[in-house]
Order: sequence, then C-alpha cells, then structure tokens
Amino acid sequence: MEKKWNVKKIAGMRLFMPLVCLLVVLLVNVITTPGFFKISVNNGVLYGYIIDVVNRASELVVLAVGMTLVTAASGGQDISVGAVMTVAAALCCQILSGGAASATAFQNSFVLAIIVGLLGAAVCGAFNGFLVAKLNIQPMVATLILFTAGRGIAQLITKGQITYVRVGSYKVLGGYIGKCPIPTPIFAAVLVILIVYLILKKTTLGLYIESVGINSTASRLVGLNSTMIKFLTYVICGLLAGAAGLIASSRIYSADANNIGLNLEMDAILAVALGGNVLGGGKFSLMGSVIGAYTIQALTTTLYAMNVSADQLPVYKAIVVVIIVTLQSPVFKKALASLKSGHKARKTAAEGGNQ
Amino acid sequence: MKKLTNRRKINGSTYLLMITVLLFIVMYGAGMIVFASKGFAKPQMFLNLFVSNAGLLVIAMGQTIVMITAGIDISVGSVTALVCMVAANQMENHGTSAYMAVVIALAIGLAFGLVQGVLVAYLDIQPFIVTLAGLFFGRGMTSVVSTDMISIKNETFLKWANYKIYLPVGSYSKRGNFLPAYIYPTVVIALLVLVLIIIIMKYTKFGRSVYAIGGNEQSAMMMGLNVRKTKLKAYLLDGFLAGLGGFLFCLNSTAGFVEQAKGLEMDAISSAVIGGTLLSGGVGTPFGTLFGVLIKGTISSLITTQGTLSSWWVRITLSALLCFFIVLQSIFASVKKKK
Repeated sequence: MEKKWNVKKIAGMRLFMPLVCLLVVLLVNVITTPGFFKISVNNGVLYGYIIDVVNRASELVVLAVGMTLVTAASGGQDISVGAVMTVAAALCCQILSGGAASATAFQNSFVLAIIVGLLGAAVCGAFNGFLVAKLNIQPMVATLILFTAGRGIAQLITKGQITYVRVGSYKVLGGYIGKCPIPTPIFAAVLVILIVYLILKKTTLGLYIESVGINSTASRLVGLNSTMIKFLTYVICGLLAGAAGLIASSRIYSADANNIGLNLEMDAILAVALGGNVLGGGKFSLMGSVIGAYTIQALTTTLYAMNVSADQLPVYKAIVVVIIVTLQSPVFKKALASLKSGHKARKTAAEGGNQ
Repeated sequence: MKKLTNRRKINGSTYLLMITVLLFIVMYGAGMIVFASKGFAKPQMFLNLFVSNAGLLVIAMGQTIVMITAGIDISVGSVTALVCMVAANQMENHGTSAYMAVVIALAIGLAFGLVQGVLVAYLDIQPFIVTLAGLFFGRGMTSVVSTDMISIKNETFLKWANYKIYLPVGSYSKRGNFLPAYIYPTVVIALLVLVLIIIIMKYTKFGRSVYAIGGNEQSAMMMGLNVRKTKLKAYLLDGFLAGLGGFLFCLNSTAGFVEQAKGLEMDAISSAVIGGTLLSGGVGTPFGTLFGVLIKGTISSLITTQGTLSSWWVRITLSALLCFFIVLQSIFASVKKKK
C-alpha cells in the first residue's frame, strides 16, 4: 500500500513526464545504435553521441529558457526566435569583419561586436514585447512579423552575402576553450540556466511572471505592473535568442541568414511543452524545459542516426507536438478524468462486494 | 444605446477598409506616374496583379473566414507546397490525369482542414499551435514525396495553365498594333470563389454564425449556435480553399519543389489584416481581403519594376504594413473601449 503511494507521488511530480520522455528516447537508442553511450577521446577532445547531443542542444536550451518565461507570462509563444538569432549573428559578424564579406582578423573589438549583437536581439525582443504587452496583440501574431521580416533584416545587414569571420578566437564560443576537452557551448548553456535560475529564485520575478500568466488583470489589481513584466520576459527572450545566435554563428564562424536557427522556434516550443509547461501560460518549470530541450536534441540525433533527412524531420516533430498538446488539452484531460473516476468507482464497488 | 455602440463598431472597421482602398489607389497611382515608362500604366500590368496572385486570393479567402472566428491558419503555405508537389509527382511519375490531380489537391486541403478543425474546435487547442504543427508537417511531407524539383509537362495541365482569355481592353505597341490584355482561367476561378465567399459570408446561416462566434463565443453559444460545429466547418472550408488555391498556385508555377510558397501564410494573413479583418475576430470582409491581396501584389510589382532592390524588400515592406495595420486596429479598439 505504501509503495503504491510512493509511485503515485513520483508520477505526480512535475519533472516526471519530461524525464520519462528522455529515458524513452535514450532507450530506443540503446537498441538501435549500440555505440550510443560510448565516449572516447579524439585529438584531446571528448567524442561520442552523448557529447554531440549535449553540445548541439546548447542553443536550444538557451532558447527554451527564454521561451518558457514568455509562455508563462503571456500565454503565447515567441516564434521569431530563429529570425532574431540571425539578426544577432549578422550584426556581430558584420562588425567583426568591418563590413567585408570575409575577414581573417578582427576589424573591431570582439566585446563591442558581442554587445551590439545582443543589443540588437534585445531590441527585437523589445519590439515583440511592446506589441504584446502594450498593444495587447496575440503573441504569436505579433512575433509573426519578425518571424518573416527577421531573416530579411539579417540579409540587409550582411548585404545579402554570408559574412565569414575566420579568426581563431571567434570560434571559441562554438568550439573549445584552449585544451579543455568539453565543448564551450555546454558551458554557455549551463551558465545561462544558472543565471536565469538564480534571478528567478533570488528575486520575486519568477513569482510575478507566474501570477501575471495565471491572471493578468488580477495581478494588476494587486499592484503588479503586468505590462512591464510581460514586456520584460520578451526582452529576456530576445536577449537569450541573441546569445543562441552568437553560439550558432561561432560554430560555423559566419553569419548565414538563411540557415542559422532554421526551424528552431518549433523545437523551442516543443521543448517547453515537453517540459510539462502548459502552453496557455501560468506556472512554469525551467528545469522541465531544459530537460525537454535535451530530449528534443536526443530525438533529432536519433532520427539522423536512423537516416532520416533534415528536410523530413519536421514531420516527426509535428506529430509529437500534436500528441503533446492533445494530451495537455483540457477537454482530453476531462475525458480521461471521467474515465478514471468511472474505473475507480467500479473498482471500489467490486472491492466492497468482496468484503 | 446599444444601437449607438453598434454603429460605432461598424464605423471603425469601415474606416480601416477605407484606409486600405485609399492606400491601394495611392500606391498604384504613384507607380503609374513613377514607372510610366516601364509600362506600369498599361491595363495588362493591372491584370497581372490578379494573374500572379490568383492562388493567394483564394487562400486569403479561407484565411479571412478562419480569422473571423478568432482563429488563424499558418499552414497554408506548406499545404500549397504539398499540393503542388503531390500533383506534380502524380502527373509526372505515376501518369495520373490532370482531372485526378485536381481531386487529389482538394482532398489534401480537406484532410488538413479536417484534422486541424477537429483539434481546434473539439479539443480546444490554440489554433496557432495546431497550424504551426501543420506548417512543419506539410513542408516535411513535401520533402518526403521528393526533394528534387518536378516540372509538370502534362498536356492537359499545361493547356489549362497557358489558356489565355483575351479581354476587349488593351494597349498599343510602338508600331501602333493593338495588343489585347489577357487573363488566365485561374483568375476567373479566383474571382468566382471571391463572389461565392462574399455571398456565403453575407447571406447564409453559416456566414452569420461565423461572425457571431468571432464576436463573442460565449454569447454565440448562449444564442444556441453550435460553436464547435461551425468552427470545424470554417476550418474545413479553409482547408478546401487552401487546396484549391494551392492548385491555382501550381498552374501558375507549373512545378513542385520543397521551398515553394514559403511565407505564403504571411502573405495571406497580412492580406486579411490589411483588408480590415480584426485579429481578435468578429470583423472582416472578403471584399476587404481582395484589396489586401491587391496591395501585396502592387508592392511586389513595384519592387520588381524598380529592379535594383532585393526581393527581401517585399517581405519587409509587407511586414511593416502589417505592423502598421495591427497597431491601427489596436488603437481603434482602445478608443472604442474608452468611449
């Protein structure tokens, strides 16, 4: 009896579902790809499927953190994150190369370029935030504007070419620091998670975001500045998208406006949903989203290992999204609950009969 | 009192429509003056707006209906790509007749409409999430069918695509010969759809229910309207129109490829919004959407006629216009609330 209660308690925990999903994906890999968990050292760096998953998931983790906050506060998603990534990358590379299409040495200070890149992304986030928080436009329609225009803006910044920055120190962010065997993006992702986690824990921002997400009007009536909080989450989301854009750009030491962050907005939304967060806003779990992001990347790598081409990936992801949102939908939950209670009633009736 | 607020509401949306029509006339007029030497003033140039946007017009009609129910459909671009690809693949590699290809196209559209409609109407999932999944699913399926470009060489199909209908208007060439202006059958179909949708939205029970649900879902339900069923019907009609529009698009491009019609959903949504459809639902007319489509067409033909600007400017201008109109709507809404 006591054991049963324990199982129920564990199953009811928020991180239960995301962890189960991650385990399922990993288990599939154990069967299909025998060498999945092998980690070897090649040329002084760690090498293996697991390392690859954790490494490649970094941008997604950073995006998912921002997306979680936006989802919680405004009950909608920011679908412009992929486009904002390209804007940040384009700004950064363009400053580093001094306007040329290709550069072998920094033309301007590295720190300045990174700051401008992040600022540009934050401005994009502020634009979204203004439309959503101040003008009360549905989040996904408001962000649709930058979703389509963003890559165009990035193209304008780079004058339609792909800007290359072939400098060793620019590759550090997407590669390795010195002789450290662990890829830098992993550190970047962990750093972002830690910073946001601490901000949410040490200040009241986390609580405020949840309360605005649950009931924006009621929060305003108790004295919270709902508009400001919503606006802030979009700025943070834009900033984080910019950071993800810089990592992605550093990996390929260039700003490719057509390919950086392609389809990543879908993955980020998926990560948030998989993390057990309700897409309609309210309470959120940052760790859930992070685990969700790693799950998505594991799924992507698994599908690649099973020879699914990059173009066809969205089909599987779309199906997963539909299944998750169906499971989350209130109508489905209600139907399930009535089914369960009916089952329980029958069971007690049967037990009562036995006694 | 109630009548007064009602009149004010109609006024707000009429203003928006008037701004749109005026904007179109100003833009086109400016184009005629600035690019007169490049033939912008010829009747054919005007008809080309319809020729190159026939598919978009049909798709935007569906989008308008869904948006009036306070929903949205961002899968239309992918559905178009899928329809083109499947039609091209069937006709070229499997010997299907062109007539059968039409049926397949409509079936694909209806299937998307059915699945998305059920998820939105009966499971109460946000339309945006559902159709975002549809967007990725459609694009992914397109590449499952084929990752190469397939150009269509089916005779019946090409005959449809290249059949010119000459009109009594036209222009004179430099030698003084009369060149009659022409349109393609796609334009006729698109205009027929436009008229049909105007009638449906204005005079049928379904059309009135759509407006009622978009205006206030709760009170529509209390009035005894079947909200879920009407929503499902709206998405079905939208899917059907997306399939048909996709086929018209295919007649225009005569090919299927993965990157086709990327961002078409944005064009459709912005056409509807620019045409006066409110994002919050309940307000909008197919007639207004027509002008939204024409404005989009004018922007792209102005930019191609100008010649030196990159094609990205079409998207950026359109996004800016969309943003402008969204802000305008929001201002109208807040003014209304204050009064």
